[in-house]
Amino acid sequence: MSRIPVTNIIYESSKVTEEEALISTKSLSAYFGEKQALFEVNLNIPEKQVTAIIGPSGCGKSTFLRCLNRMHEVIGGTYTGSILFDRTDLRDINPVELRRRIGMVFQKPNPFPTMSIMNNVVAGLKLNGMRDKKLLKEIAEENLKKVGLWDEVKDNLNRSGASISGGQQQRLCIARTIALNPEVILMDEPTSALDPIATAKIEDLIYELKKEYTIIIVTHNMQQAARISDYTAFFYMGRLIEFDNTKKIFTNPSKKQTEEYISGRFG
Amino acid sequence: MEAELKNYKRRLKYRKAINLIVNSLTFIAALIAILPLLLIFYYTVSKGISRLNLEFFIEMPKPVGESGGGMANAIVGTLILVGIGGVIGLPVGIMSGIYLAEFGNNKFGQLLRFLTDVLSGVPSIVIGVVAYTIVVIPMEQFSALAGGVALAILMIPTITRTTEEMIKLVPHSYREAGLGLGIPKWKTSLFIVLRTAWKGIATGVLLGLSRAAGETAPLLFTALGNRFWSTNVFEPIASLTVYIYDYARAPFEDWNAQAWTAALVLIILISLLSLTFKIITRSKYKTN
Repeated sequence: MSRIPVTNIIYESSKVTEEEALISTKSLSAYFGEKQALFEVNLNIPEKQVTAIIGPSGCGKSTFLRCLNRMHEVIGGTYTGSILFDRTDLRDINPVELRRRIGMVFQKPNPFPTMSIMNNVVAGLKLNGMRDKKLLKEIAEENLKKVGLWDEVKDNLNRSGASISGGQQQRLCIARTIALNPEVILMDEPTSALDPIATAKIEDLIYELKKEYTIIIVTHNMQQAARISDYTAFFYMGRLIEFDNTKKIFTNPSKKQTEEYISGRFG
Repeated sequence: MEAELKNYKRRLKYRKAINLIVNSLTFIAALIAILPLLLIFYYTVSKGISRLNLEFFIEMPKPVGESGGGMANAIVGTLILVGIGGVIGLPVGIMSGIYLAEFGNNKFGQLLRFLTDVLSGVPSIVIGVVAYTIVVIPMEQFSALAGGVALAILMIPTITRTTEEMIKLVPHSYREAGLGLGIPKWKTSLFIVLRTAWKGIATGVLLGLSRAAGETAPLLFTALGNRFWSTNVFEPIASLTVYIYDYARAPFEDWNAQAWTAALVLIILISLLSLTFKIITRSKYKTN
């Protein structure tokens, strides 16, 4: 196997300091009961950038992501170490409040089938007590436009959220998340259930969204990580192996394991 | 080449024959399964339809010897009994189902689940005895209330287990989506999970209500029966099933005919209940 250089330019490493970071973890270890899924992860995530998390299956990517909005606890997990969000310890933030500030998009599109498309977008607001119908409608329209879904569904706003295609459903889920106006959006392999065209639409959308939001995306698709992210973290066996700017990771990684993974020699 | 083709055709014939046989067997089995239902429909309709008129719904039963008359008291009585049973049984059944699905993942939950299954297997006459002991004896009076309590006990296990199963069928991803949107856990359970499971729960409720409406044994020594018009829940009350039981055994041809009509009316009432549920739970939004 010969190594073909992708480019002749050698990209410089650039680190994110704790002061610059919106979220930073300090010796974060996560557990499911007895089983440890993450080992001593120290990671600083920059604001209004796209951070991709890559690594082979079972390396702790999703666990890491779920720790960040305390969804890890929902499935019975625990963690040690600390996570700082905007310089506040995550344990000091009410999880319900936290999840409004750190939204999440899941692997499989999961719009609520018993709600209309419009109600799906404003579900978070409505169930948190917003009653103003006119305002809700405006918010729904605004966010559907942001995700580029408005023109496709504007005549069918009263249909079930489950009535549209998978790619549209996933954009609906993104609209639902950003309708709460979060600071961070966590995406757990948001395109792995979608076809290439729908995937391209989501990727374009992520590019647009990073102007307003900090995005952390878990992906199995390394081309996707290379295309859309500014920073990339490589996880392996529950440990953070390398974190750097994406160009550096994909052209000139410092760790051997990273290089082997991105060149497809394992994983 | 030729031989191969021949061989292939022979096997194809064989496979088609097997397919036909198995298909026919399952079809016959299905036919046998619905045969009793068809017979019930046939007999109740053919024997009961002649007296099915407005009179049956608005008149009181006539004394022996006089023909005609209706069962207004029994129709209203059945509605009241099932109503009381529903008012007690639905909240208890649905809420214990929610409890089992959401918090029942422990020893106590397992015990509860087991006891619910046992309860659903208890013969209905035994439940009648229980209601007699806990309601009729202390109140020193047969009453609609006692009948309603018996019917409630009868429908609770069905509703509880259906509710639990239906809630568990809701994919975990909807719950996660709700929590991920910063919706508190109780609101997620109530407005997202329960709402998604609602259709299935309604089926369980319907099953419970229909079964209660068709019960005779637990009513015999609780609601007792009443020859007269009564809507007082603290008095004995008439019901279609008890009337069917009494009239079908009676040596008067006129009464036997009335029993058939009562059976037909009961089936119609249950069908109407079924239809109402179908309409209520019809999805508000088009899915295609």
